[in-house]
Amino acid sequence: MKLVLKNGYVYDPANGVNGEKMDIFIENGKIVEEVSGAKEIDCSGMLVMPGGVEIHSHIAGGKVNTARLMRPEDHLRNVAPRTSVTRSVCGYSTPSTFLTGYAYSKMGYTTAFTAALPPLMARHTHEELHDIPMLDKGALTVMGNNWLIMHYLSEGRIEHACAYAAWLLRATRGYAIKAVNPGGSEAWGWGRDVRSLDDRVPHFDITPREIIRGLMEINERLSLPHSVHLHPNNLGRVGNFTTTLETLELTRDVKPSRERQVLQLTHAQFHSYGGDSWRNFSSEAESIAKAVNSSDRLVLDMGQVVFGDTTTMTADGPMEYYLSSLTGLKWANKDIELETAPGVTPFVYSEKSPVSGVQWAIGLELALLVESPEKVMLTTDHPNGAPFFTYPKIIAWLMSAKSREEVLERLHRAAQKNTVLGSIDREYGWSEICWVTRTAQARSLGLESKGHLGVGADADVAVYRINPESTDPAREYEAVERAFSATALTVKGGEVVVRDGEVVKVVSGKTLYVDAGVGEELEREVLKDVDYYFKRFYTVNLANYPVQEVYLTSPEAVKVDSGVR
Amino acid sequence: MRVTHRDVVCSFCGTLCDDIEVDVEDGRIAEVRHACRIGTTKFLSASRHEHRLLKPMVRENGRLKEVSLEEAVERAAEILAGARRPLLYGWSSTSCEAQSVGIELAEVLGGVIDNTSTVCHGPTTIAVHEAGFISCTLGEVKNRADLVIYWGANPMHAHPRHLSRYSIYPRGYFRERGHQDRTLVVVDVRRTDTARLAQKFVRVQPGRDYELISALRAVVNGRKLPTDEVAGVSREDIEELAEMMKSCSFGVLFFGMGLTQSPGRHRNIDNAICLVRDLNTHTKFVIMPMRGHYNVVGFSEVLSWQAGFPFAVDFSKGYAWYNPGETTANDVLQRGECDAMLVVASDPVSNFPKPSVENMLRMPIVAIDVHPTPTTMVADVVIPAAIAGIEVEGTAYRMDVVPLRLRKVVEPPEGVLSDVEVLQRILERVKEIKG
Repeated sequence: MKLVLKNGYVYDPANGVNGEKMDIFIENGKIVEEVSGAKEIDCSGMLVMPGGVEIHSHIAGGKVNTARLMRPEDHLRNVAPRTSVTRSVCGYSTPSTFLTGYAYSKMGYTTAFTAALPPLMARHTHEELHDIPMLDKGALTVMGNNWLIMHYLSEGRIEHACAYAAWLLRATRGYAIKAVNPGGSEAWGWGRDVRSLDDRVPHFDITPREIIRGLMEINERLSLPHSVHLHPNNLGRVGNFTTTLETLELTRDVKPSRERQVLQLTHAQFHSYGGDSWRNFSSEAESIAKAVNSSDRLVLDMGQVVFGDTTTMTADGPMEYYLSSLTGLKWANKDIELETAPGVTPFVYSEKSPVSGVQWAIGLELALLVESPEKVMLTTDHPNGAPFFTYPKIIAWLMSAKSREEVLERLHRAAQKNTVLGSIDREYGWSEICWVTRTAQARSLGLESKGHLGVGADADVAVYRINPESTDPAREYEAVERAFSATALTVKGGEVVVRDGEVVKVVSGKTLYVDAGVGEELEREVLKDVDYYFKRFYTVNLANYPVQEVYLTSPEAVKVDSGVR
Repeated sequence: MRVTHRDVVCSFCGTLCDDIEVDVEDGRIAEVRHACRIGTTKFLSASRHEHRLLKPMVRENGRLKEVSLEEAVERAAEILAGARRPLLYGWSSTSCEAQSVGIELAEVLGGVIDNTSTVCHGPTTIAVHEAGFISCTLGEVKNRADLVIYWGANPMHAHPRHLSRYSIYPRGYFRERGHQDRTLVVVDVRRTDTARLAQKFVRVQPGRDYELISALRAVVNGRKLPTDEVAGVSREDIEELAEMMKSCSFGVLFFGMGLTQSPGRHRNIDNAICLVRDLNTHTKFVIMPMRGHYNVVGFSEVLSWQAGFPFAVDFSKGYAWYNPGETTANDVLQRGECDAMLVVASDPVSNFPKPSVENMLRMPIVAIDVHPTPTTMVADVVIPAAIAGIEVEGTAYRMDVVPLRLRKVVEPPEGVLSDVEVLQRILERVKEIKG
């Protein structure tokens, strides 16, 4: 299958292309030098970018479905019947799997990673990913409260920890190492939490500091494509920026094994809080941005808040309990044996609330204060800060100080008083938008054929109906928001799948996972420990734990030979 | 030749034991180890084909007549595609893969799809909408729980290995001495076989569970009871139980249909979830329903991720509409709305209330099942299916929502397909008819 996208204004900053009028040639699902006899689509006057890459979004798995099940009131806010092409859909902050695929694709996204995969529930996550059409997919395997990891690290058996992590990634068909409130979710097994990097995890001879450092060391020894993906301790707590800064400090001793960061600070907004009570709750985005600016080992994603009713969900059980006790709203908790502790509770970000206003400002401050767009990724931690389909609004805010001012004026005065957003006049250009919505994500994940349009890249392309030459996004931010809400064309794997904001073809993407090889003898030894843990402490047999290939759509293993022996 | 299959998942109840060993000799199941008596019987009966449906049948002139699979599929598709408001019911004793095809079929037909939770733990789901859900996987109970309560549930009969695998008897990481490190409490209207094992048995008067839960909440939250007795339980017993709950280090409340299907229904569960939430201000406490059919949970999961709602979904608007009491199977049946039914892996003729069954008998029924039931006897189209978890692979969700891969240990009877394949054929044909 061949295709030419003609005459669009192309933004491909990874290859130094910034708004040049160019043709994009596609053959057999890849970007090529040139094709002849291909179908041509006129893209003149339009903005052309690589397909969007989502790096952190809760779109599939146990807690996402618990949220759907707990919130029937969410679903009828957004419904559409079956068409000749698409399935019926419903859902707002907890969209159905089909809607998730269609909605991302309509915004020009072609790849999405689900934020947290608890190993025991991996099969569930993959069943849902299987039912998310339109996108290439992956999942981040949670390890920050894993008993075997904690044991190996506390005993200083780093090679064993590496081999176990590699096995776990393979068994769960996971793509990267994720850690959520390291040590805290284990403490939640007793209704407790950890509140500093040096708190001891109850009954385990280890601290959050040692877990985080250990996971980074595992990650670099295995030389995995992505870095450790960290949701630090104390999410959402007043004054938590000190914990965050201390955590970021830990990257100083870690040598990257690849050309990338060693830590992704995820949903950074939720970790950049100052003040010592909700009364003087304030932004510390400047401190966090400073730490990121001064290091070449850190990247962050925003975790932007957008006002409205949403559902929070995270493998940070104590945090969800704490939040639901603040709001009094319904609360779901789902501790998972030996591994993690997810929770879910609804939340409303209100323009009238001083706290919500400051939260809104912090996300944008982070994106605007971190100098290099290569270190920033646009996320809402869907649906924690807001549902993912609010991205076009956030793009408009990033590109227009005026649009930010308009919101700021409506908010509780704390949002002006306790943040610096009002004084920032930086406005993103189109290239920067390209970085923070696809290119930085692909780089962070180590996806060499995504996030750019160079020869050999996947033919995943988004064409937006807006003219970057003649549009002034600072003034015409509403047009920007409209354009990013629905593509003129989304091309996935070389096929047109969305045209003028409507899904015209349903495709099923690849599932990416990491297969990291370690020494055979070491692996045998580790499997003995794994076997013991399954016989004694798990409630399923080891043979029934790994996810079979039948659950994955077009599985693609990213093979890594780690050298760990 | 004898072949032993290990780590087999038992597709009977929501306990979903996955340590079963099955010996197969000459293509038949010869011996089953580790399973309970119910599970063992299910495995062994698979190979006794005299108990099975083996040929597709279509009713002609009042009698079921053997036909080819193609004819049966054609007739089934005609009935369903020709119906104004078909009801697709059952689903809890088959794989997620079959459920998934069933959901698309319901969507294409604009029908109503519901599963057996409508008559078991549907009230639990409704309570979750109201109050949330504070739970865990069963390994958390095994490793941590020092207080285990069964309320309105009798696992010694309904989930025979529940106590030995998960709750009371296993040695856990923090409960090295197994049952000696735990306290078992049973609340029920009669002294069941589970109650006989308990350190404390609380006999509640039938239909008054809600009051007892409320009394416990009052005491847990520091109030004095104004009466000497609530729901037939003395103040001392209530205070003692409340103190046990507050002072344990990890407590779990398992509840069964004694709580969901007695007066109060979803209100009972709502109140019980709130009790557990109250307890979490004192200690760690979780709650879990004792789900019956081995994949009743799977249906709610698949339907939730595909259509947003856990059961009783009406696609007549083209998209999913959910309103228990309106879109639940018995309500649709008793209002006389529905004019055809597809029943998969279930026997509503035996289990539904009489007014529902009377209406069922007035409409054409398509039944897909592994063995004859009163429902297949009155059906107009009967299509045999292979047994998921014995003759075909698939996915099932345990009562704590842990998903497992069902294994295949023997071939299905000759010519018998999985219900997934049968449903796919019906779906394809229905799509053609509907254009």
